[in-house]
Amino acid sequence: MSALTVYVDGIGFWAPGLADWAAFSRAVEHDDFALPATATRPAPGALPPTERRRAPEPVLIASEAAGQAATMAARDASKLACVFASTHGDLAITDEMCATLAIEPRELSPIRFHNSVHNAPAGYWTVAAHCHAAATAISAARATFAAGLFEAAIEVASEGEPVLLAAYDIAARGPLAEMAPSALPFATAFVLSGARSERTMARLSLRTAHDTAISDDVPASLAPLQTNPMGAQSLPLLVALARRQACGIVIASGRDTALAVEVTP
Amino acid sequence: MPTRITPLPLTAFTATSTLGSGRAAHAAAIHADRGGLRPNDFTRVPLPCAIGRVAGLEDSPLPAELADYDCRNNRLAWRGLNADGFLEAARECIARRGADRVALVVGTSTSSIGATEEGYRTLDDGRLPQHLRRPVLHTPHSPGLFLEAVLGTRGPCLTVATACSSSAKVFAKAERMIRLGIVDAAIVAGVDTLCDSVLFGFNALELVSPEPCRPFDPARNGISIGEAAGYALIERDGDARAPRLVGYGESSDAHHMSTPHPEGLGARLALADALARAGLTPGDVDYINLHGTATSKNDEVEAALLGDTFPKTVRASSTKGFTGHTLGAAGILEAVITLTAMREGVVPATLNSRDAEPVCAAQLALTHETREIRVALSNSFGFGGSNCTLAFASGTQHRA
Repeated sequence: MSALTVYVDGIGFWAPGLADWAAFSRAVEHDDFALPATATRPAPGALPPTERRRAPEPVLIASEAAGQAATMAARDASKLACVFASTHGDLAITDEMCATLAIEPRELSPIRFHNSVHNAPAGYWTVAAHCHAAATAISAARATFAAGLFEAAIEVASEGEPVLLAAYDIAARGPLAEMAPSALPFATAFVLSGARSERTMARLSLRTAHDTAISDDVPASLAPLQTNPMGAQSLPLLVALARRQACGIVIASGRDTALAVEVTP
Repeated sequence: MPTRITPLPLTAFTATSTLGSGRAAHAAAIHADRGGLRPNDFTRVPLPCAIGRVAGLEDSPLPAELADYDCRNNRLAWRGLNADGFLEAARECIARRGADRVALVVGTSTSSIGATEEGYRTLDDGRLPQHLRRPVLHTPHSPGLFLEAVLGTRGPCLTVATACSSSAKVFAKAERMIRLGIVDAAIVAGVDTLCDSVLFGFNALELVSPEPCRPFDPARNGISIGEAAGYALIERDGDARAPRLVGYGESSDAHHMSTPHPEGLGARLALADALARAGLTPGDVDYINLHGTATSKNDEVEAALLGDTFPKTVRASSTKGFTGHTLGAAGILEAVITLTAMREGVVPATLNSRDAEPVCAAQLALTHETREIRVALSNSFGFGGSNCTLAFASGTQHRA
């Protein structure tokens, strides 16, 4: 196949102690990230105040990153088709639901159940953004970030409209944590478009690759973020984008395949 | 509005549900108006409702070389894959096209969460019991990992999990990848199995009927939940006699997590998008397989859409009275039922329903009807306001 080319017009970022893309870029430059001692949650302006208080954590962090990316790209969020990518979905609700079901299944909370779907962040986001465009939620194990990036680029190239990609995972809880390890919450988001504009931060050329080493060039102080599956999958590309250098990044994308990303500022 | 797409042949397709394994079992049930819902004997804690259960999965472990993936959902995926010669057709396509040139796109809602539930019921000193300590079972991509291991595809592989629209949206992903030249073929799938999460979850939302569901009946009182696996092989080119994917539309309600938009705005956008891609108007459609869950709200909204958008000559039905609502597998199960109806020349009944909502009484088929179907739609709507409409056309053997 020929390469798929897309342009990054906005980037969102949220992790404990790194509230946005500017904070992440500074941490990359100085290699001085320190994980905060206490847990924090974002209060995404994209959500109405009631949802900011009560929405599940994946909704909060994905919406925070998505809102930042749409703002940076100066795009009307109501018009953006979106792809939400998460390795494990809502690990907290899965833990709570399975614990309740083991003891008293009839006590299962209806709100918790409807929030348990993998597309809950896509649902809350499209409601808040008044967005009627297509929204997709995907998972692909350790290839989730690559699959989300590829799917978003495919939609840009085939539909001719910009696409919002939000990629996130929260921390695991309970017995599930041994099977789906994730030590902290992490979210990033891109607005991708098909043409260079004054908002363009970088060009990405995507191509499927085989038998290639996966990139792992991440500043040492950012290593704690790699305890989150989406952090582990996305950080090499995010670091390359923060450094604003032309380079090639390889991301795991399947059983023995990879996604090669050529980054051009 | 989107531009027209090049129709793509569906060179193989199959489904397994409570009606049985394969297209013939589904065709026989449709011809006989014979449903597969029965009293709930699945949950350990009693829950009076009807379910569409696939018989015998408990006694059908995966082959030894696939034992790491063994769980109810992957067992159903395996049984479905082996129906109608689909596995052979898929392997032949992979050999012919090259493993790099075939994508694998799977839809599911709850994946293998049944295995996680079982682990939490039988914790061993706070950990999942030894036999369930397999990370491939406790992640939404479990069916994708399993099928990738079975089939050996090396093209893009992902799981779409948008609740009840999941395995309708897989057709859209596949068409785009083929159109852009990323792959030459795609295996699309949908697999969802009965589990406590969905049975007690929909029960908590007060959406489960105590009886077999009655879609579009004014006296309907909720859904019946089922399980299914379905597959389709979509190729860039192939047998002219094969039915074709001619369109799809995806949209968001932007209204509420678990209640449809009151005017069906998202559903209407998905329909308009699908018709535009197919180059069709409502008058061109012979049959619509409706989402028709038999909840009060869903059917009210979809009945209004049907009644005010389509001519009275179109035939429409919900087949959830046969199979139950198979959630993340519903999109592809009902696509395969639609393709089977086209091949058989029969409009399936809206089983269990005695009357139709007046607004769509003209269009709704309460009993099965013999009729040529050349163009058909299938609707799938899910939590999160996720909507998808698929459009299919029959192959050349049905053309005048």
